[in-house]
Amino acid sequence: MGGAGTFRFSHAAIEVEALRRALADPRCGGFASFEGWVRDSNEGAQVRRLEYEAFEPLALREGERIIREAIERFGVSHAACEHRLGDLAVGEIAVWVGASAPHRHEAFLAARYIIDEVKQRLPIWKKEHYVNGDSGWVNCERCATPASDAAHAHPHR
Amino acid sequence: MSAPLYGLVLSGGHSSRMGEDKAALAYAGHTQLERAMALLGARVERAWVSVREDQQADPLRGQFAQIADRRRDLGPMAGILAAQETHPQAAWLVLACDLPLLDEATLVQLVAARAPEAVATAYRSSHDGLPEPLCAIYEPRSHALLEEYVRAGRNCPRKFLIEAGARLLDEPNPRALDNVNTPNEYGAASDALAGRNMREPKHLTVQYFALLREQAGRREEALESAAGTPQELYQELRQRYPFTLGSDVLRVAVNSEFADWTTPLRTGDTVVFIPPVAGG
Repeated sequence: MGGAGTFRFSHAAIEVEALRRALADPRCGGFASFEGWVRDSNEGAQVRRLEYEAFEPLALREGERIIREAIERFGVSHAACEHRLGDLAVGEIAVWVGASAPHRHEAFLAARYIIDEVKQRLPIWKKEHYVNGDSGWVNCERCATPASDAAHAHPHR
Repeated sequence: MSAPLYGLVLSGGHSSRMGEDKAALAYAGHTQLERAMALLGARVERAWVSVREDQQADPLRGQFAQIADRRRDLGPMAGILAAQETHPQAAWLVLACDLPLLDEATLVQLVAARAPEAVATAYRSSHDGLPEPLCAIYEPRSHALLEEYVRAGRNCPRKFLIEAGARLLDEPNPRALDNVNTPNEYGAASDALAGRNMREPKHLTVQYFALLREQAGRREEALESAAGTPQELYQELRQRYPFTLGSDVLRVAVNSEFADWTTPLRTGDTVVFIPPVAGG
């Protein structure tokens, strides 16, 4: 049986309850979800807000691929991911991942797989705006500075 | 005496990266399946198209004699095994359906150099030196070994040829076995067949995101460029904009699909340079 899944972007606050409901299925006894939240600091700098931008046509296609891979690989019944774009305040949900399956094990594995792959593979960029008025694109500016690059495991090939 | 040589074009793939049936892609007015069958038909006693069960009614494939897969989820192995089961006495020249640059010389040499005493005869890839399993001749004695291989839960025909010690030849034309999996590769192969020149000026659209958007001061532009590849295009753009990111940390997309830095660019292409990502 092939599972069903979707990947989407949202320009408004992520509606967790609706996403969760869409994965409900009487055959499923396990549901696992992950939420990525906007944190108030990164690498020692105080973050005031974030800005997400994506190359949507490619990101959507690649996102759908990741969901399909998770369904095929772990045999979950349903999986979904929604990623925010635009301006986000501290505490908001930046990304939501959910998977439902007959049993919990597969659901956990699929959710973990999806968030890890989304972070690595999708053309999505994050600009941090700091309390001190500075700003920077994560992995392009802050992480490319000599002070931090030695220890920084670049997620990019 | 060597076994009679029959031919098989594998058309049962899912073409998932291409997004449309690779057998039906047209080059110079003929579908790839028709081109492959014409090339192959001239070199073997009889030729068939290998299909999945659910493709038997397809009109393109219906023009030819067919052999349907008997097993699922084995990829090309399913087609080779079904052909061997249908005519066990024959040797099979097996061809993939996504080799638009395949030429007559490559098939002629393969047939001439066939080693009936070996399990199989194949070309050594001009890219990585490994056997090319889908332009190769499988002798009748390969059947039992293939069966055993599949029973062991394996289905990679390349690894099979490596382990079985196939006779390997050098390719007379190093691009003849370049396969086409994406729309960009289809475009490049069409250009190569038409002899189009990469150096011609072309109309390109470049879209900028994130740091590159800020440094270019724009989201998108249309330009005329003689750059033959994304690599050359990025060098050209760096003359114009204060880009701080080297191409070693960027990836590139052509027409909304990830592409190689050396993909030939064609007029009308949209190119995006992808800075290090930070989703999630």
